[in-house]
This record gives sequence, structure tokens and C-alpha cells, in this order.
Amino acid sequence: MKSIPLAYSARNLWTRRLTTVLTAGGMALVVFVFAAVLMLDAGLHSALVASGQYDNVVVTRRSAGNEVQSTVDRTQAAIVESQPEIAIGAGGVRMVSKETVVLIAQPKRGTGVPTNITVRGVGEVGLALRPQVKITAGRMFRPGSTEIVVGRSIAERFAGTGIGESLRFGGRVWTVVGTFDAGGAAFDSEIWGDGEQMMQSFRRQAFSSVIARLVDASRFDDFKRRLESDPRFTVDVKRERVFYEEQSEMMSNFISYLGLTLSVIFSIGAMIGAMITMYAAVANRTAEIGSLRALGFRRGAILAAFLAEALFLALLGWAAGLALASLMQFVHISTMNWQSFSELAFSFVLTPKIVWQTFAFAVAMGFAGGVLPALRAARLKIVDALRAA
Amino acid sequence: MQFLKLIVRNALRHKLRTGLTVVGIVVAILAFGLLQTVVDAWYAGAEHAAPNRLVTRNAVSLVFPMPLHYRDKIRAVEGVRRVAPFNWFGGYYQEPKNFFAQFAIDPLPFLAMYPEYRVPDDELRAFLRDRKGAVIGRKLAQRYGFKIGDTIPLQGTIYPGTWTFTVRAIYDGADAKVDASQLLFHWDYLNETMKQRSPRRGDQVGVFMVQIDDPHRSAEIGQAIDRLFKNSLAETLTETEKAFQLGFVAMTETIVVAIRIVSFVVIFIILAVMANTMAMTARERLGEYATLKAVGFGPGYVAALIFGESVAIAAAGAAIGIALTFPVAAWFAVQMGKFFPVFDVSGETVALQAGCALVVGLVAAVLPGRRAARVKIVEGLRAIG
Repeated sequence: MKSIPLAYSARNLWTRRLTTVLTAGGMALVVFVFAAVLMLDAGLHSALVASGQYDNVVVTRRSAGNEVQSTVDRTQAAIVESQPEIAIGAGGVRMVSKETVVLIAQPKRGTGVPTNITVRGVGEVGLALRPQVKITAGRMFRPGSTEIVVGRSIAERFAGTGIGESLRFGGRVWTVVGTFDAGGAAFDSEIWGDGEQMMQSFRRQAFSSVIARLVDASRFDDFKRRLESDPRFTVDVKRERVFYEEQSEMMSNFISYLGLTLSVIFSIGAMIGAMITMYAAVANRTAEIGSLRALGFRRGAILAAFLAEALFLALLGWAAGLALASLMQFVHISTMNWQSFSELAFSFVLTPKIVWQTFAFAVAMGFAGGVLPALRAARLKIVDALRAA
Repeated sequence: MQFLKLIVRNALRHKLRTGLTVVGIVVAILAFGLLQTVVDAWYAGAEHAAPNRLVTRNAVSLVFPMPLHYRDKIRAVEGVRRVAPFNWFGGYYQEPKNFFAQFAIDPLPFLAMYPEYRVPDDELRAFLRDRKGAVIGRKLAQRYGFKIGDTIPLQGTIYPGTWTFTVRAIYDGADAKVDASQLLFHWDYLNETMKQRSPRRGDQVGVFMVQIDDPHRSAEIGQAIDRLFKNSLAETLTETEKAFQLGFVAMTETIVVAIRIVSFVVIFIILAVMANTMAMTARERLGEYATLKAVGFGPGYVAALIFGESVAIAAAGAAIGIALTFPVAAWFAVQMGKFFPVFDVSGETVALQAGCALVVGLVAAVLPGRRAARVKIVEGLRAIG
């Protein structure tokens, strides 16, 4: 069977430029919304997955849900520390950080709107437990002092967080001595200081959570079972990565549900646009279709040519929409995470998977918009079509 | 009359195309209306805030409590009428996904401050008599099928353990803007239990709700309260209830902004579709427009025909879209009651929907209208579809 050259379909689009631009433009906007949602969700995941190390565990009070609401007292923390699965680091130090996590409200730079930020008092090995965290400017705080280091996105967005500046919270003045970069992890939106000092100033007698490195990640199950069945305390033991994934569950669900619903609804609009364009194309070219059929092209060839035209439209829209969406990678989002009630910064991340997902989405839109008009074109009778001119 | 008839006939000439365009507009206007309502729902808490209510909280952040004895000091401030301790309980029912707001309140001052929570007298008396009793909102009762006398076990996240409450009363909101999906219980019960379980956490208040006599003096009274606790272990921050609620909205502002932007994106999508329809229509009829001009109608008349047709199609779509918004929003409110306790289509939203449709109708006709008005008769008559 002879097929109609693709150039025929492409040149038809070129002839009716305004219509092509408008139809593809509508599709581009839908692709943009769809891609932006997927990129946002990917950005959120990469921020939270980057926060958790696979061989680290987080111990919190049972059903506390997050670190801020949790309490683990000194005795309990000591029991966790003495477990045989805990790794021993350089100098014979047990790789355990007993942490105090609180929220403080600080004004944002520029707007002055007070926003909750997480302050984390870490133990001596707190930094060593998180290899992704690097001090990029200044130095680490000295243990036992009222010095603090701030995450990259805190330094960018909050007043009084530059090196040498100071913040007042917990009834004390804390001097900022350094900035750290956690490679996009949730720690980028935190302030770190000495754990014991934090406990003193916030008048706490219990830690919030205990973070520990295991000798071997595969011994996690034993560790978890022993601690959770220990009658001396009620705790939840989770892998750090799982813990952070759960922290973002609600936000991630919200973004994907809302985003996907919107993409589907919007795509109806774009598909209708494609359908109108293609029906008009068929109606205007009835005589042309008749001639093609008379020349010997089969119904299938006509169907393919019109479907190809609709798919070209969709591809134009896809390319434009994706190009627009890729610009979103320069945008950083910061909002409150409902589950931890604190500020979380993340950005739009474009992954190869998203490129393919949007491609499939655009092709589906083009197909759905083009198939009925193409069928109509293919079903025209030669005589009627020729007479239409 | 002739003019209107011409517009309607023209619009109905390509029934399929007009129908599809109308469906597109319906979808867009509906989506736009729902998104605007979502944004409104975000602000619902701030919407029903009364000007004579202040909220005092720990200045460090909401997660830090204040000692109970602050209550008497605040009450002594001149201009303060009532003070009620108020704690966010943050528990869940059976599973974490069954989440709804629970607050520990001091019933008498709290309900006196919030007349919009309507509790029948006999039920209120039953609630006051039962230390472990709870008042729940009508919507919450409907969602889980709770009845008076039922026991609700809640798993605490901030206050550990399982807590059981007996439903003693069901409240209705004075209007649709009041959140009727909360559970309220005795602050004293929370406090006494905490004193037994972990004594250090007794006598700790999340926020104080403060009612004042004169709303105009709110700033002054707020400052007077904060001055009382300056340099104490728990310094306070007092603001109006509205500012307090808007503070929550501000923290999630990015999301609100994103939804707003997206709601206008759908209008642009439909604008592209509509403009395309009108461009095709005008191109096909160029010959007719030239004929109209040849028999003496002016360019203004021809342009008006196109504008009229475009606005008529947009208006038809908008009317159906707006009409559909109400039932769809009602369905949505039932499905998403957990996230948006108040979900009500406002008059402003309807006006915006109508306004957007009108703008889409007008803008879509600009290019084709201009082309038809300017086309020379000779060229127009020569034109083929």
C-alpha cells in the first residue's frame, strides 16, 4: 500500500500557520502544566531522598510522626547507643547523634513574613552521619558553644543568617559561623548547633530523636525488632530514607493528585482544540481528499496522513511546552511541609522519565484529537468528495 | 434584531465546531471556578475571624507552649473580656489518614467567644457535665457516622497514648463559612491526664484566645499583653485572629500562588482554542463579508458580526460552566472535606468566571474581526476557503 508522504501533512500545517500556532500553543500550555507538576514532585522526592542515608536509622517516639513532636529521654537514648549493631567510627566513637529538633519562627528576607524553620541540635558525629552535608563557607560550630551553622537555602532567604550575623532564639544570641550545603536535601532548610546547648536553652530534658549508623544495613531488622519490643520504651525505628519519604508523603500526594487532575481536565480543552482544527482541515480539503483517493491512495493512507498531521501538532506543542517547563528548573520553591510544620525548599527537577511521560501524554492528546476527524476523512466516498469542490 | 439573528445563524452553521468550542469553554470555566474556590478555601479560616478576638502564642513559635498562669495575667489587662486556653491536639482516628482538627478548649469562655459554633442547650449541658465528653461538628459527624453517645478513640501524636472521648453534643456553623469538621473537648481533661502521665507537660497552654471589648483597640491591647511577659522564659506574640490565620496561609503561600497561576493558564488554553475557531470561521467566510461590504454594510458592521458571534459562543459556554460549578463543587466538598472543611463557591468567583469568558470571547475575535473589516471587496470575493 502506498502511503502519502509525511511532507504533505507537515506542509499543510505550515500553510495554515495561525491555526497551527494557536492549536499547538494550547497543547503546549497543557504539556507545560503536566511537566511542571511532575518536575515539582521529582524535586520534592530528590530533596527528601537525598536527606536519608540507607544505613542510617532514625529513632523517634512511637506515633510521633516527625522529629519535632517526638521525645526520647537520656536513658532511652543511652540504650539505643549501646546496641551491638551501631557502627564505630574513627577514634572508637559510636556513630550516634542524639538530636534536639525545634521550630522557631524567623522573618523572611525582603517580605519579613515569619516562617517556621527547623533548628537541629546535633551531637559530635552529626556531620559525619550525613556525608552529603558540606561546609561551604566559614567553619563548623565549636561543640559546647553558642555558634550555629545555617543551610544554604536558609542563608538565601532569611534575615540575619549571614556569616558573622547573629540570631536570637531560646533566650540566647547565636552567632552564625558557617554555611553548609546538603546538595538539595531537606537539611538545606535547617539551622544546626550544639545539641546540649540547644537542650539547655529550650529547657528540654529529653532529646527529640536519635540518629545512628548501622555496621551493616542488613542488620536493620534485628535492631528494629529488639528496640520496638523493648518494654522500657515505646519507639519507632525507621531507616532514615523511609523516614524522610514519609515526611513528604502528604505534600507529594497533594501535588500529584491536584496536578494530575488538572492536567487531565486541561488536556480536554487542548484535545477539543486539536479536534476543531482537524475537522476544519478535513472539511476544507474534501476535494483534495477525493483527488488523492482517485489517484489510488487507499483509505488507510488518508487516515494515516490526517493522524500524522494531528500528531505533528501535538509534537510541536510538546516541544514548546517542554522547553517552557525546562526553564522552571531555575525556579526554587519554598513552602511549609504540613507534616513537619516547617519550611522546606526544593526545586523543579527535569528527569528523562518526565521527558518520556510528557511525550506520551502529548502523543495521546494528538491521537485523541485527531482520530475522529481522520476517520471522517478516510470514510469519504470518492465521488461525493470530488463533487464537494 | 436582524443583526442578532445573523449572529445566531452564523454560530449554528458549523454545529460540530461550535459545539466543541462550547464544550471546551465549559470545561475551562468549570476548572477555573473550582481552582478559585480552592484558593478561597485556603483563606476560609481567616475569612470568619472576628475583629474582637486576639490570639496570644509563644513568640518563638507555635510548637512552644506557655504556662497556664498567663491566663489570669492576661485577663487582668484592661479591655480584655474573656480568655480561653486552646491546645491543638493533633491526634488521628484509627489510621493516620483519618485526620481532622481536634482542640482542647475551656468550654464556657470559648463558646461565649465563638457564637458561630451553635450547640443546642441540652447537649451543651450534657457536654459540660462529662469530663471526657466532646463536641463535634456536623460535617465530621456525617463523615464518620458519629452519633451522640458514641465513643471516639483518638491516637495522640503530640500527646502520646490513646484518648477516648464520648460525643455529647454536635455543633452547626452559623453559616457555611464556619468549619464544622472539628472535635472540641475539655482542656481540663487534657491537662489532668498529662499531669499524671508526664508531669512536666502539665499546665502548658498552646495558645490563648482573647476576647476584647473594643475591636479598635486590638493593637494596643495586644502590645499590653506582650509587655507583661517581656524577658520571661516564654515571651508572647499577640495578634488578631485574622493575622494569626493569615500567618498559616502565608506559610503555604507558594502553593496558593501556583494554583492562582494555573487557574489562569486554563483560560489561556481556552483562549487559544476559541481564537482558532474564530480565525477559521472568519477565513472561510471572507467571501461573504466582502459581499456584505459590496452591498453597502460598513467594516464596523462586519467586525461586529464576528465579535458578536465570538461573545455569543463564549457566553453560552460560560453559562453552562457556571451552572455546573455548583453541583461539581458540592461533590468536591464531600470528597475533599478532609483537606478543605469549608468549600463554597463565592459570588466573586462567579463574577470572575463570567468576566474571563467575556474577555476570551472579545480577544478571540480581535484578529479575525480586524482582518474581515479591512479586507478589500475585490480580494474578499476572490478568496477561497
